[in-house]
Amino acid sequence: MTVYLFMILGVFAVLSALMVVFAKNPVHSILYLVLTFFAIAGEYILLNAQFLAIVNIIVYAGAIMVLFLFVVMLLNLNEETEPHKSTLKKLIAVVAAGLLMVVLVGSLKGADNMSIQPFSHNTGLIENLGTVLFHDFLLPFEVSAILFLAAMVGAVMLGKKDIK
Amino acid sequence: MMQFAALIPFFPLAGFIILGLLNKKLPKSAAGILACTTLLISFIISLAVFMSISGQSQEIQLAPWIDMGGFSASFTFLLDPLSSIFLMIITGVGFLIHVYSVGYMHDDEKHNIFFAYLNLFVFFMLVLVMASSYLLMFVGWEGVGLCSYLLIGFWFKNKSYNDAAKKAFIMNRIGDLGFLLGIILLFITFGSSDYHTIFPKAQGLMSGNTMITAITLLLFVGAMGKSAQIPLYTWLPDAMAGPTPVSALIHAATMVTAGIYMVARSGILYALSPVSMYVVALIGVVTAVFAATIALTQNDIKKVLAYSTVSQLGYMFLGLGVGAFSASVFHVMTHAFFKALLFLGAGSVIHGLSGEQDIRNMGGLRKKLPITFITFLLATLAISGIPPFSGFFSKDEILIHAFASNKLFWALGMIGSMMTAFYMFRLLFLVFFGTYRGDDKIHAHESPAVMTIPLIILAILSTIGGFVGVPESLGGTSQINKFLDPVFQSATKILPAEGASSISEMTLMSITIAVVLGSILLAWYFYISRKKVPLAEEAKLSPIHNLLYRKYYVDEIYNALITKPLDKISDFLDSIVESKFIDGIVNATGKVTEGVSGLMKFVQTGNVDFYLLAMVISVACIIFFKLM
Amino acid sequence: MTTHLTTIPLDWYILLSSILFSTGVMGVLFRRNAIIIFMSIELMLNAVNLLLVAFSAYHNDAAGQVFVFFTMAVAAAEIAVGLAILIVVYRNTKSTDIDVLNRLKG
Repeated sequence: MTVYLFMILGVFAVLSALMVVFAKNPVHSILYLVLTFFAIAGEYILLNAQFLAIVNIIVYAGAIMVLFLFVVMLLNLNEETEPHKSTLKKLIAVVAAGLLMVVLVGSLKGADNMSIQPFSHNTGLIENLGTVLFHDFLLPFEVSAILFLAAMVGAVMLGKKDIK
Repeated sequence: MMQFAALIPFFPLAGFIILGLLNKKLPKSAAGILACTTLLISFIISLAVFMSISGQSQEIQLAPWIDMGGFSASFTFLLDPLSSIFLMIITGVGFLIHVYSVGYMHDDEKHNIFFAYLNLFVFFMLVLVMASSYLLMFVGWEGVGLCSYLLIGFWFKNKSYNDAAKKAFIMNRIGDLGFLLGIILLFITFGSSDYHTIFPKAQGLMSGNTMITAITLLLFVGAMGKSAQIPLYTWLPDAMAGPTPVSALIHAATMVTAGIYMVARSGILYALSPVSMYVVALIGVVTAVFAATIALTQNDIKKVLAYSTVSQLGYMFLGLGVGAFSASVFHVMTHAFFKALLFLGAGSVIHGLSGEQDIRNMGGLRKKLPITFITFLLATLAISGIPPFSGFFSKDEILIHAFASNKLFWALGMIGSMMTAFYMFRLLFLVFFGTYRGDDKIHAHESPAVMTIPLIILAILSTIGGFVGVPESLGGTSQINKFLDPVFQSATKILPAEGASSISEMTLMSITIAVVLGSILLAWYFYISRKKVPLAEEAKLSPIHNLLYRKYYVDEIYNALITKPLDKISDFLDSIVESKFIDGIVNATGKVTEGVSGLMKFVQTGNVDFYLLAMVISVACIIFFKLM
Repeated sequence: MTTHLTTIPLDWYILLSSILFSTGVMGVLFRRNAIIIFMSIELMLNAVNLLLVAFSAYHNDAAGQVFVFFTMAVAAAEIAVGLAILIVVYRNTKSTDIDVLNRLKG
């Protein structure tokens, strides 16, 4: 049963991703990306990473995609205004991406030769994650706060209109 | 007392530093007094040293200098009879010339700098004679060459004076190369350049040793440059471009005698090498005659004296070459007296005539410049070798030793003496006797006391200075020979013994006096009785006269043989090697860099998608190669 | 739950993640609109997150999921700044076409 779930969610994710790339209307691209995120969240649940699944939906689909939508609306990109690349370039793009995929698969294959550790139900649950985060990864946590500060300041500064 | 001796060079050095640093701020009178005082103090200390020298040499070590590997040298001074005589000459005559310069350079704007340079020169000369190793002597040697350059080109706004200064320096350098090679060979042979190491070791060597011959010949090349012997003498007449006190101090009394000092100091090395002695004597006597022939025809008062100096230096080398070391040193001393006097007297004449130097425009000055005339007359009598003046004793001793060793040299020396007397009296008669041939607007006047008193003192020394060297054959005790004997003992032991007896000496002296008197009478005949006056510049001269007047065209020959080819070579190197080759390499490096960057710039298209594609392909490649 | 992990071999997750990643790469190279390119980058980041979580579950190590945490944080910050830059570029050039941005041509 799980295998089937995995397959369905996987196909769903790949198809949505492809539509993101090939959709003509930018707004449609954004919507397909949201769909992809949902599919991936489903995969997370399959892996017992419950907290991350929810966070994925809230942060990515809820916040980041909304931001994208705001920008697209602001720039008024509803219609298809963008000229296409030449066919040669598109071909090269596909070939390059394909190459990358092949190489990646080749390099990561055989990783399951490592033994599977005894399964613990708690991995992926929020208490466990919280403990690990605030014990072992406290410094990166704090530093990421500074990162957010910088990003905020940067975004505000860049967005300001020049006072002529 | 001996400890104070080490201070002798440092008073003039202090004078140089003070005058050099404060030269714009000091008034002229203060500068002059300071310069003369430093010399006076050095002279007093030198006098004290001279009185207390006992015949043994004494070394004063100042400071270590180099000490690495097997090579070490230190700053050490040596005091022995030879160096103490030279100290007296340098500081004594130097002091008189400084006093004279106070008057001579009084109106010059660079007055203070002049005294600074003079003091520096005296410092280096003192280092030269007080050094106890060849290396330290070389320091002084180079230093006096430098000061000579500074002082000859003192009035540097005139290009020909600059050229003369450069010529002096460059010719000196050629000699210095030989000197330096000699020092290097000394190091190789003896392991050190100190006198107290070399000379005892040298005593054990065989006569005729080839290494010693090479060393002495190379050292003599240095002496040829510094003491203006053939072929490196042409700088000295041109050096008359400098102020007259410079000519008196440097080119008559002190610097040019550095070569004599060096050969005398290396007496034992030369005694071990008969070939070198012969070469020294030969070049000395040939130079003596050669320069005397040129001096017969010159019309510039200072040029006559310059060629006379070259000639007298030739006599000194002749003396060294035949083994009469102390006679040569004696002649150095008397020559310092009368040649400095001659130059200072010439300066007095030039000063009195407001700059006139051509003897064709002089004449009858003995009434207008009486003191100058009398002192000049005494000096002329001394240089001609008339007894009882000093020049007679010293020159005759050289000639007697020359007769004992090589009759031909003696004969040439006699011819030189004859010519010396002739041209010196020619000079005297043309300048001071007869009627005045110059510009009537110039009012000839005697020089002030500050200039005439040194003249008088030098005249007294020229007259009585010979009495320290009266030979036994005339009843004297030859004090100077006894004084210098400890220094030259080891050298004279090696030389073959001479056999001239007293009677032969008296005969030789009589011949000399007769010949000289004959020359003087001949000069009297030409220039007083027949009132002959040298021809003007444009006049056509007989071929021999022309050859002598144009100094045998030696300068022109050097120009064509040496200077022009060197110029051509340097032009070639500049235009071909420098511009094309070396610059080409540098430019090619630049062009290669440009070319490579021209190719590399195609990577930076500015297209974002090109960059993205490049990134993706690079990542794929990296992972791929990691897999391999 | 142990059993289901053994029925889905890790290789399949690797394959899925690689496909999503390459799709993202293709999106970056394929489109000229800057916004679409940003979204493709998001896609790539998600693919990586998926792989990290898979490994974390299979090796029972919570560090993988914490890492995903931070990746998401960084992605969010990056998007914010990136879109701000895009807006500034749009103001100056009135277009979101990345081919316009070729001033660094050397």
